[in-house]
Amino acid sequence: MTTLLDKLWDSHEIHCGRDGRSLLWVDRHLVHEGSHHAFSKLAERNSMVVEPNLTFGVADHYVPTRGTAASPAIVRMIETLERNAEKHGITYYGQLDSRQGIVHVIGPEQGLTLPGLLITCGDSHTSTHGAFGALAFGIGATEVSHVLATQTIWQSRPKSMRIAISGNLLPGVGSKDLALAWIAKLGADGAREHAVEYTGSAVRRLSMDGRMTLCNMSIEGGARFGMIAPDETTFAYIKDRPFAPSDALFKRAQMYWETLTSDENAEFDREVCIDASEIAPIVTWGTSPEDALPVTATVPNPTALAGTDSERVASAIDYMGLVPGRALTEVQIDQVFIGSCTNARIEDLRAAAAVLAGRRAKVPGLVSPGSQQIKAQAEAEGLDHIFIDAGLEWGNAGCSMCVAMNGDRVQSGKRCASTTNRNFRGRQGRDARTHLMSPAMVAAAAITGHLTDVRPFLKERLTE
Amino acid sequence: MTGWSKHTGMATAIDIENIDTDQIIPARFMSAPRSDGYGGFLLHDLRFDTTGNPRPNFPINLFPAVSILVGRRNFGTGSSREAAVYALGDFGIRAVIAPSFGDIFAANCINNGVLPALVSNKAATDLIVWLSGRQAQLNLNIRSRTISFDDQTVTFTLNDASAQKLLNGWDDIDLTQHHLSAIAAYRARRAQMQPWVFPANETAG
Ligand code: SF4
Repeated sequence: MTTLLDKLWDSHEIHCGRDGRSLLWVDRHLVHEGSHHAFSKLAERNSMVVEPNLTFGVADHYVPTRGTAASPAIVRMIETLERNAEKHGITYYGQLDSRQGIVHVIGPEQGLTLPGLLITCGDSHTSTHGAFGALAFGIGATEVSHVLATQTIWQSRPKSMRIAISGNLLPGVGSKDLALAWIAKLGADGAREHAVEYTGSAVRRLSMDGRMTLCNMSIEGGARFGMIAPDETTFAYIKDRPFAPSDALFKRAQMYWETLTSDENAEFDREVCIDASEIAPIVTWGTSPEDALPVTATVPNPTALAGTDSERVASAIDYMGLVPGRALTEVQIDQVFIGSCTNARIEDLRAAAAVLAGRRAKVPGLVSPGSQQIKAQAEAEGLDHIFIDAGLEWGNAGCSMCVAMNGDRVQSGKRCASTTNRNFRGRQGRDARTHLMSPAMVAAAAITGHLTDVRPFLKERLTE
Repeated sequence: MTGWSKHTGMATAIDIENIDTDQIIPARFMSAPRSDGYGGFLLHDLRFDTTGNPRPNFPINLFPAVSILVGRRNFGTGSSREAAVYALGDFGIRAVIAPSFGDIFAANCINNGVLPALVSNKAATDLIVWLSGRQAQLNLNIRSRTISFDDQTVTFTLNDASAQKLLNGWDDIDLTQHHLSAIAAYRARRAQMQPWVFPANETAG
């Protein structure tokens, strides 16, 4: 009666220490510009990357998505990664590489992400790769240097948690809404110290793009990582990817991958059930992903709450410049952003374009595809023209306005409808106000200039 | 890194839930070299207004000599940026006391000799009330997992592995060197049983 977590964990455990920590083998280690502290630590020890063939670098956090790098410090960050990649002989997807993109987008795209692998990266949204039935988690710089030096990592086994999602998502409701729904229900630390496995009919019906969005957001609910057992959808996605096995080896791998499920009677430390059909399109109103409500709701009223809840809500509403009790759909926005490792894959761009086609945005905005390959694919489908004709900017691939490290940022006091994963204070720029939502919802907000329920827009589309 | 078991220092409270790592150190400071010190970036946008002037009433502006912070639920939630802990450490913070922490943040703390002391909601609230608007002395003891102040003592939770690392100042890379043969054996087994794990350019040979 084993869980998927235990199967993946046990298959990577080299040693279990007396203190309860496991020494785990790392199959894929992904590095980006932010890994410079870790490379410095390695240099201090005069060490080299021990498994350069299992280490992959990509420029994403600091690369410009429009024009040239915004400052010498940004150029230095990118060059440092380039130099470290060269010094250690690791595969590197630089700014001009046609395979470049956000680390959690290109891992799967290149077939580096496979079921059963243990994947680490100095980035919390490494949980994205769990969508393939991989054990994937973000680590800090000291841990990154440990993986570089040893290809292993010490970790304590998290507790297991199952989020079972039954029923069907309604039209206009997607994976992002699902993620925000459970985080709103359980809190931003609701899954703390747990590894979440998503199961149920609604999850099975999700595409790989949708599954990645769901696993990506796991960390926003406090989980150590998210996972979905692999199935035909997973195998079909992996087939023919550059780093995936082919022919006989693929068949052999698939036989193993099919065993990567939780046993029927497996017991979890915690179980949560959600009915997908009860979920409406969701937006966040506050400064934590847990501050999420159906778009049809009103801004919460802090005076109706008690104690620290009341203080927290009041402070979030103040930062966000909202009026308690007002309809969320009355909240005017200044701009939109479609991008990030949460929602910048091809299906996300298609969903936004489906709403925007033939319409004009009332506010400016930037669309930054998750990778150069997605960009090329979107252009082949003509999506770039839909965005440009709607009045939005069509940029290059990178983290961009998700984290505001490359100079793409929301100005102070401005309000952005965003497909990203964090509405933290200052995340998109100092004093910026972020509302998280799905790509289709961002598109609807762009058209009306305020937070908007996308569903009527889709209905019109279906009858046209 | 040197280990430690006891610390006596001044503490103050940051009475805010969900202090995420973007608030602990905003992203725009993260391209700075560590050699310059990250202490000035700690909680920057809460500490300083947009013209760069310190907000006089923010706790660590009032009490810049504190070495212990008491926070609320979900302290350090968010990104894996270890720079958040560098900012705490470089400012002089040795311990953060809170009723819950972001998991990666807590691990980063341990790796930098900063104690993430997990206490009950009630203990956190009591401490915050006690510290309200002031700084006061706390005694921390990693071995006994205790925080004492006035004539009171509260306990905190810390797993053994983390405690050992803080006590001894251990670096995991040194520890892992004892397991090199087990690692090599594991690798060989994995390459044989699951060759697809190793990218083609390596397995082809
Ligand atoms: S897109 Fe945003 S969340 Fe994703 S890796 Fe980049 S900075 Fe992190």
